[in-house]
Amino acid sequence: MNKVYNNRAWWLILPMLLLVAFSAIIPLMTVVNYSVQDVFDAHTRFFTGTEWFSEMLNNPELQSALLRQFAFSLTVLAIEVPLGIGIALIMPKKGWQASAVLILVTMPLLIPWNVVGSIWQIFTRGDIGLMGWSLRELGYGYNITSSPVDAWATIILMDVWHWTPLIALLCYSGLRSIPDAYYQAARIDRASKWSVFRYIQLPKLTNVLVIGVLLRFMHSFMIYAEPFVLTGGGPGSSTTFLSQSLTTMAIGQQDLGPSAAFSLIYFLIILLVTWVFYTAIMNMQKDNNKEA
Amino acid sequence: MEWMVWTTPTTVFFAVIAVLLACMTTWELVSPTIERKGFLPISTTRGDRFFIGLLSSAYIHLIVVGFTPLSIWLALGASVVWCLILMRWG
Repeated sequence: MNKVYNNRAWWLILPMLLLVAFSAIIPLMTVVNYSVQDVFDAHTRFFTGTEWFSEMLNNPELQSALLRQFAFSLTVLAIEVPLGIGIALIMPKKGWQASAVLILVTMPLLIPWNVVGSIWQIFTRGDIGLMGWSLRELGYGYNITSSPVDAWATIILMDVWHWTPLIALLCYSGLRSIPDAYYQAARIDRASKWSVFRYIQLPKLTNVLVIGVLLRFMHSFMIYAEPFVLTGGGPGSSTTFLSQSLTTMAIGQQDLGPSAAFSLIYFLIILLVTWVFYTAIMNMQKDNNKEA
Repeated sequence: MEWMVWTTPTTVFFAVIAVLLACMTTWELVSPTIERKGFLPISTTRGDRFFIGLLSSAYIHLIVVGFTPLSIWLALGASVVWCLILMRWG
């Protein structure tokens, strides 16, 4: 097949580029402008240079929020990815059961973040919430407003409940796209269930898992509404994640300069981690292709 | 453009990035990149190295500004040298 390379096709993305410039690139540039100044109102502003950046990087509250954020994102990824793959593997493949299970699994994804927070807030209350009440009746002094451990466990459980379906759905569609011939070949070779998973299903799932891991990382790293509604960042600041610290600073205290500097640091961290994930997984694939 | 509260340093910063991107595009059109492996653990194209260079430069600046008493110009100098090394041998 003769492939024609014509770089003029790049002009076709011009409308998209203009739209993105208007909605993302130029606002981002504005944030950079704010990060080097102390802006009081439309006419009063002072150039501060790198002062906000060094202040933000040395702010102990933000440092611990960052650590909590990483701990949270890595924990939910470590739980949701294997669990999602597992659920996708046992989901029925055809018939009315397949449709029914698909609908059931998709349900949590349809619920808005703050509603998820409210649902769990009520669910975990000791007096009227089913889970809170049951745990108390069982003799465990469950209380998310006073125990950081309870609060953490609940937030992670909530995120797993809300977002594992995404991984499961992605994997399910990935599994469906594997041709039957692979399984037939495996049966002829008398391959065990584990080798079928390891050498057929998992490699074929790489692409959807890349997307799943990236989406879940970005989502969980930017998580805001759910913990905000559920615990309000407490007890103390034990569940205050980055976006909540940022909102408090930018909206609550109107500190535009420091919060702009902080946003940029936040952005750079997300950019680095997603790039590392993406490159690592893409290279794993390249190596696999070479072996095959 | 006053509402965007531009300052000279940010204007210069974005202008330089834009010029660099334009140069990279022209370079690519004149002589397309060949993916190769340098001292980085992965094989990269010219654009990959450019991106890695910019991103690591941002981190060099943050570290210098946040955790050392050194001048930001030193960070800039170090970043330029680092980017050149990266583009040539990375």
